[in-house]
Amino acid sequence: MKQFLSFVRKEFKHIFRDKRTMLILLGMPIVQIILFGFAITTEVQNVRVAIVDPSKDISTQHIIDKINASKYFEVKRVINATNQIEKVFRHGEVDLAIVFEERFNENLNHTGKARIRLIADATDPNTAITEVNYATSIVAAVQQEMIGTNAVPIQIIPEVKMLYNPQMESAYSFVPGVMGLILMLICAMMTSISIVREKETGTMEVLLVSPMKPIYIILSKAMPYFVLSCVNLINILLLSVFVLGVPIAGSLVWLVVVSFMFIMVCLSLGLLISTIAKTQVAAMLMSGMVLMMPALLLSGMIYPVENMPAILEWISNIVPARWFISSVRKLMIQGLDVSYVLKEIAILTGMAIFLIVVSLKKFKVRLQ
Amino acid sequence: MVTVNNLTKRYDNVEALRGINFSANDGEIFGIIGPDGAGKTSLFRILTTLILADGGTATVNGLDVVKDYREIRNTVGYMPGKFSLYQDLTVDENLNFFATVFNTTVEDNYELVKDIYQQIEPFKKRKAEALSGGMKQKLALSCALIHKPTVLFLDEPTTGVDPVSRKEFWEMLKNLKQQGISILVSTPYMDEASLCDRIALIQSGEIMNINTPSQIIADFPDKLYAVKAANNYHLLNELKQKADVKSCYMSGEYLHVTFKTENEPTIDNIKMHVIQPTIEDCFIRLMK
Repeated sequence: MKQFLSFVRKEFKHIFRDKRTMLILLGMPIVQIILFGFAITTEVQNVRVAIVDPSKDISTQHIIDKINASKYFEVKRVINATNQIEKVFRHGEVDLAIVFEERFNENLNHTGKARIRLIADATDPNTAITEVNYATSIVAAVQQEMIGTNAVPIQIIPEVKMLYNPQMESAYSFVPGVMGLILMLICAMMTSISIVREKETGTMEVLLVSPMKPIYIILSKAMPYFVLSCVNLINILLLSVFVLGVPIAGSLVWLVVVSFMFIMVCLSLGLLISTIAKTQVAAMLMSGMVLMMPALLLSGMIYPVENMPAILEWISNIVPARWFISSVRKLMIQGLDVSYVLKEIAILTGMAIFLIVVSLKKFKVRLQ
Repeated sequence: MVTVNNLTKRYDNVEALRGINFSANDGEIFGIIGPDGAGKTSLFRILTTLILADGGTATVNGLDVVKDYREIRNTVGYMPGKFSLYQDLTVDENLNFFATVFNTTVEDNYELVKDIYQQIEPFKKRKAEALSGGMKQKLALSCALIHKPTVLFLDEPTTGVDPVSRKEFWEMLKNLKQQGISILVSTPYMDEASLCDRIALIQSGEIMNINTPSQIIADFPDKLYAVKAANNYHLLNELKQKADVKSCYMSGEYLHVTFKTENEPTIDNIKMHVIQPTIEDCFIRLMK
């Protein structure tokens, strides 16, 4: 135990004395979360709007005026036929189309219900959501106004349609993504590099020819990165809640449990890489290519998994980050009950057990 | 303390060890002398249980290097050739770390490393990366010794170290030997061979000779002459053409020459004198 503690202490010294590593380990998560976070919350302004108004009555005109008066929107086009909407979107002339149904005012007054359709260009899902939210709130304000002057209760029903990205990922999708990326980076990449560094400098030879059990050497190398991952996890969650205003909607306990599971997966991946790689560069490339790229591209962090070609979707099943990000989304953002993430937890647990067994099997008590 | 029987090791298509045999006794400094690539490091790694041999057996303190590797790791000290310590830790931290890894403390075995450690103690708050080559070597030796090993394996400990530090280093090894530690040391420097009790000359994975340095020199069969000319290179080519010249090679500013004839040979206009062969001369003769 004394050996183990002394080893862990030494490992922390390595980390704390290397300013660049420190920066990567503790600075990068904060920077990433803030960068991505503020990229999400950027104010949407001067949204170009196309109007399709077949009824041309007092109510539609009122709504159009309100939209145009808002500092966020600017009516650019008035289109006569709905079949032209696709065209103006394709030409990139507008960001949002507002389509009124026929006999809008009549419907409103007689049945108390009228439909309005909001079509947004969702190639940038975050902006699209903000645009639609603003527009619906304006429509809601108008509706409120009309209720005041009208005897019958009326309801304007907005229908939202997202063009090009119908699955419409959540606006906060980057927080889970960044969590996945950071934990992967610290646990897998840094652990593998730090073990391979000992091999490269020859200190591993001395450590192996010592009474310390090889498995303890490895565990004590992984320990500091486990601790740092937890620190980062706390950092990210605090930043998301207090700086970005992303609430933890679901159970914090289960969120932590899922994160621990994912950290275990990443640590064992790091150990696995360290048993294969001979140099630090090789370890870095391996973690970069095998871990980071899939975590970035196939995890659903940037592109929704559902929209991928079947083969990529199939491959994404073996990317641990996919399951982690999906469960964090459900637990943290959507605030779903743990019963909705049982599948993810089961898969991550399975992966952790499998990888730990494999990396222990592959671990050698000798140099070769 | 160390026995090696018919040990072989190959890497892909390179045969690093081709069946070597020797045994080193308790309490002696046993030198493995050979050029780079002779198989010294492979041998040391097999003996310190770091790699497995392809064939043959070896024991350290009577323990099998394959079967009893755990016990061996508890009792030996090892200083690998490229051992560079932890550069970002201070002298003190390095030593303390290795002491704990070996289940001991610096205080417990201070007597053993005192002579060596005292020399680097003034710099104990300095990081290892800021030490000179000789200092690093002393620190590395201290780290390898801190748990009082019964056998010490030193793989090229003096490579890249200045002559003064090298001399000091060998003095330390003598002191350690007096404290009952057996030492197996490898070196590419032939002049260090005479500082060992017994040496094995190794070349291309084969041991050419094992004996005491003085006996190896005494066994040199020919009379060795040193010659010198204004242009040694010309002379070398010239001598190589001569029928009665057995061997001829450069050694520092002289050419070392042996002849096939017993009678006093002469070379025109050149003064030559008989010299005492060195280990290097013996090595070169055996390489042929």
